[in-house]
Amino acid sequence: MHISIEKRGYVSKKYYTSVYLISIFVAVILSSFIFLLRGINPFYAFSKIFQGSFGSPFGLKETIAKAIPLLLITEGLIVAFKGKFWNIGANGQLLVGATFATWIALNFGPYHSSISTITIMFLVGFLGGALFGLIPALLKVKLGINEIISTLMLNYIAEDFVEYLVYGPWKGKTQYGFPYTDNFPQSATLAQIPGTRISYITLIIALLSAVLIYLFIEKTKYGYEIKVTGENPHAARYSGIDFVKITIIMMLISGGLAGIAGVGEVAGIHRHLTYPAQISSGYGYTAIIVAWLAQLNPILAIVSAVFFGGILVGGDVIQTSLGFPFSTINAFNGLILIFVMVGNFFTEYKIKIRR
Amino acid sequence: MELDNIEFKSLELKDIYKEFPGVVANNKISLKINAGEIHALLGENGAGKTTLMNIIYGIYQPDDGEIFINGRKVFIDSPRTAMNYGIGMVHQHFMLVENHSVAENVALGLNRTKFLNPTEDIAKEIERYSNEIGLHVNPDAKIWQLSAGEQQRVEILKALMRGAKLLILDEPTSVLTPQEATELFKTVKKLVANGHSVIFITHKLEEVYELGGIVTVLRQGKVIGTTTTKDATKEELAKMMVGREIIFNLEKEKVEPGEVVVKVENIDVLSDKGIKAVKNLSFEIRKGEILGIAGVSGNGQKELVEALTGLRRVEKGKVIINNKEIQNRGAREIGEMGVAHIPEERIKYGIVPNFPVYENAVLRDYYKEPFSNRGFLNYKTIKDFTIKLVKDFSIATPSIETKTKLLSGGNIQKLILARETTTKSNFIVAAHPTYGLDIAATEYIRKLLLKKRKEGSAILLVSEDLEEILQLSDRVAVMFMGEFMGIVDPKKVSIEEIGLMMAGSLRKQEENNAHLN
Amino acid sequence: MDLIISILQRTMVAGTPLLLGTIGEIITERSGILNLGIEGMMALGAIIGFSVTYITKNPTLGLIAAILSGGILSLLHAFVSITIRGIQTLSGLAIAMIGIGLAGMLGKSYIGAPLSVRFSEVAIPGLSKIPFIGPILFNRDPLFYIGIILAVVSWFILFKTRWGIIIRSVGENPKASDALGINVSLVRYLSTFIGGCFAGFAGAYLTLAYMPSWIEGMTGGRGWIVIALTIFAQWDPLRAILGAYLFGGVDVLQYILQPLGIPVPILKMTPYFVTIIVLIITAREVMRKHLGAPKSLGEPFIKGEK
Repeated sequence: MHISIEKRGYVSKKYYTSVYLISIFVAVILSSFIFLLRGINPFYAFSKIFQGSFGSPFGLKETIAKAIPLLLITEGLIVAFKGKFWNIGANGQLLVGATFATWIALNFGPYHSSISTITIMFLVGFLGGALFGLIPALLKVKLGINEIISTLMLNYIAEDFVEYLVYGPWKGKTQYGFPYTDNFPQSATLAQIPGTRISYITLIIALLSAVLIYLFIEKTKYGYEIKVTGENPHAARYSGIDFVKITIIMMLISGGLAGIAGVGEVAGIHRHLTYPAQISSGYGYTAIIVAWLAQLNPILAIVSAVFFGGILVGGDVIQTSLGFPFSTINAFNGLILIFVMVGNFFTEYKIKIRR
Repeated sequence: MELDNIEFKSLELKDIYKEFPGVVANNKISLKINAGEIHALLGENGAGKTTLMNIIYGIYQPDDGEIFINGRKVFIDSPRTAMNYGIGMVHQHFMLVENHSVAENVALGLNRTKFLNPTEDIAKEIERYSNEIGLHVNPDAKIWQLSAGEQQRVEILKALMRGAKLLILDEPTSVLTPQEATELFKTVKKLVANGHSVIFITHKLEEVYELGGIVTVLRQGKVIGTTTTKDATKEELAKMMVGREIIFNLEKEKVEPGEVVVKVENIDVLSDKGIKAVKNLSFEIRKGEILGIAGVSGNGQKELVEALTGLRRVEKGKVIINNKEIQNRGAREIGEMGVAHIPEERIKYGIVPNFPVYENAVLRDYYKEPFSNRGFLNYKTIKDFTIKLVKDFSIATPSIETKTKLLSGGNIQKLILARETTTKSNFIVAAHPTYGLDIAATEYIRKLLLKKRKEGSAILLVSEDLEEILQLSDRVAVMFMGEFMGIVDPKKVSIEEIGLMMAGSLRKQEENNAHLN
Repeated sequence: MDLIISILQRTMVAGTPLLLGTIGEIITERSGILNLGIEGMMALGAIIGFSVTYITKNPTLGLIAAILSGGILSLLHAFVSITIRGIQTLSGLAIAMIGIGLAGMLGKSYIGAPLSVRFSEVAIPGLSKIPFIGPILFNRDPLFYIGIILAVVSWFILFKTRWGIIIRSVGENPKASDALGINVSLVRYLSTFIGGCFAGFAGAYLTLAYMPSWIEGMTGGRGWIVIALTIFAQWDPLRAILGAYLFGGVDVLQYILQPLGIPVPILKMTPYFVTIIVLIITAREVMRKHLGAPKSLGEPFIKGEK
């Protein structure tokens, strides 16, 4: 018997979609082993998770609240990944965006109207994330430093920096010793849909970002340049595309959107800056999988973000009702990412078996 | 398996069938090779020669058909199996680890290599072998430091030291100077005299006659016939190979060269390794003129092309196009001066394989009006433009939405030429424009270059195909070690002279007063 | 003087897990596979080493289990990278997540539990009496000595043996290796597995020698620093020794500077900053000497592809 792997030619949409759905399904089945490892009936666990994330009004609301930052970050990551820039640093970019916005909230907010405060917070949040994203971009184009390592290191640096702020100089005087800044003034907080932790504005910005990034990638000159750079850097050079400029543009957008997600978290949910793990429960890492599950399609990313919003909520559920640590969620995420790649394999290749 | 104890009497292929997505590469091929014979496999590019050899060597598995060695049916599932049967192969693109030494390359995968100090004995053995067969090479040299001819010797040594009795040489002369090729023929004959068999893959008729012996002609994946050089004339073989009367009676009209379009003055260019690859080079090209650059690749042609098109720094000197200095201006600005660039390795440099045809059609001009407007691309205009290109250049594609990688090599090259030459025609830099293409596409592209010449373009043609250079060029520069060994008139120069120049042993002035160095 | 000795002793301890991880990644990358999942394999190794030792009271068993756990997890990466030709960067990240997730879950019940047995210091007779050098280099836990020996052995295998030629050739030019009958996939699977074993070993070092207890996130980014160290070491295990102990020193520096009143979170940043700076310095050296990564690093090898 001889087994060989061969390339497929054309693949129908239907085949493509079913391969992906099957892949995710298999990933979910396999992840039940994680529950079995601790002697918990996986069906019971999944029903708990489903109830907590999609199966109840409260869960659904939480799921959407978590899908918002995921979507914002994912849209940014899609831009970077399309250009083959491995931005693993969205977590750090989010934190810096949140930090910049916090400074505005605490120093500008008390004396200004809500509209101007909020607007400026989003602008500086974008700016903060963008500038923090600019660092690995410059390190790569000027010195050839691998962006995976630099963005990861910058994540740790950002986390430690926020920790420094909330335990040190920015520690609130009214927070009873907790590592929070003072609460934001009313003018610096975002209105929420009643009964939820979803803020109108962030939800709209997130959905809008999906549409804008879609248009940016598919319809604009820069989008084209990013795609050429990502698909074939040699051809990009040949075509005269400015690698430095396009990398900077990619990372400004990518970091900026993560920064906006950070603003949404501090202004919409926590209403103060707090320790890093509280602001972002690994959104920057989860969004990598959201992006690939959506096959880097900015519109599909909406669905994918909601799905992973549910998984994150599920993480809270298994923590509170099954006694699993939250980090278990990482294992699920990793497994799904693996199976997205298995799916990719089956859409690109076929296995031929001969006697 | 130890050296010298492999017995090889015959190799027989029966009805070998192999299909790749969209093409039947080998269609029921049958072939027999006996011990001690030279068997030439003649066919144009895309005839299925290399695929067939990769099947014999175990790199591909046939979809159908049988292989017999010494009369016994065998399954060659990997190169290792092939080697155990005494089959060795020298690929057209060398399979060498560039950063490793000759000895390390030979030691790799060789059973008798010692575990500790693996290269010690091997180096000695290489020296012994080199002396016996006349394949001289320094075992300690790194592959990247060697010339193409020397690298080929390493490949032959690798096969022989593994006990190869049947040696497959895939287009072995394509990287050699005519003199180096002559040396190779001697080596081949010596090997056959020693009892080895050789399968010699080529698309050059002359070589078949130089070798003498049996020849099998392949066309479009099928065996057209097997004969000997004694029984068939060149014309007959040519007809078998292409399936119609002799081609390439290209009409080259007389074009009076106009004013100087390109002027290169004393330029120096560095290679990726930081070595001076182009040394103090100067030349001019006029309107309506083709300057051909002949030479074994790796003598600075690539660096020269990249320097002229803005992809590589010019360290010293000037490049002047239409009286404007353009050295180090960047690919985009140079493109805007009307410089078209047909890059070598077309799929690697010239297109984005995963893009639809229409997105590749504007790879160089997408940012300009009317394709782009205030930062937005106008896909309607782009598609209309592409449809026109596809029609004008008869590019065979299912639709303009098709992923470009699914097109054939010839059609990809047509797309690149179409895109480059419709919008830019002052100066055309064409690097190996017909490399690896079938006859029809080759002919089309050569005609197109001549048409552009007539329309007044200045053309720089870099090619390893001497025939192509001599046919198309008005003047031929032979490049060796980053310098021109001379610029000669293709009508007045002999192949031998060009060969000597390619090897760096003859310098020649344009006025034809040759002198040996 | 005693302070300096104590600092250098701690440097040796802090550098060892980095060294182990880096040797493994060098072997993996030399074969052409980029495995970014070190952080996850280390985390898994740490908790497996801890829990097995906790249950059996036998640190050697714990160590073996940890090594195997890293190796097994790396096989998933090998499968995705080699067999199904996935994007190695993504697969590596997935491995990191899976390892971190599993470690967090498995470790939950061990949080705060003290380990009664561990690898403790073994003084080498004679040598440990040498003033200054003795207590720093020759009065260490056995794993420290093993780490150094493994670095030298790995260097020897990579550059002085037949296996080394095979591994490096596969990483440089898999097509050429394949044409000579080398089983590229097998070599890559094995190299990835060995790399995973080293990462598991590095993780076990953290819980069995460095700090005999389990806390979530105790790998603290060491797995990522290993990736950077591999570049710094120019894929040479002997240079990895230098790099790893240099970083061990940076790690220790945090504790030394603490009494000076610098806030802890700021000190915690230092290794990450230093990583970036070291990469910048390495980049310059690489550009000057035209050195580089194994040529096919991160590229899937597709047998018989046109």
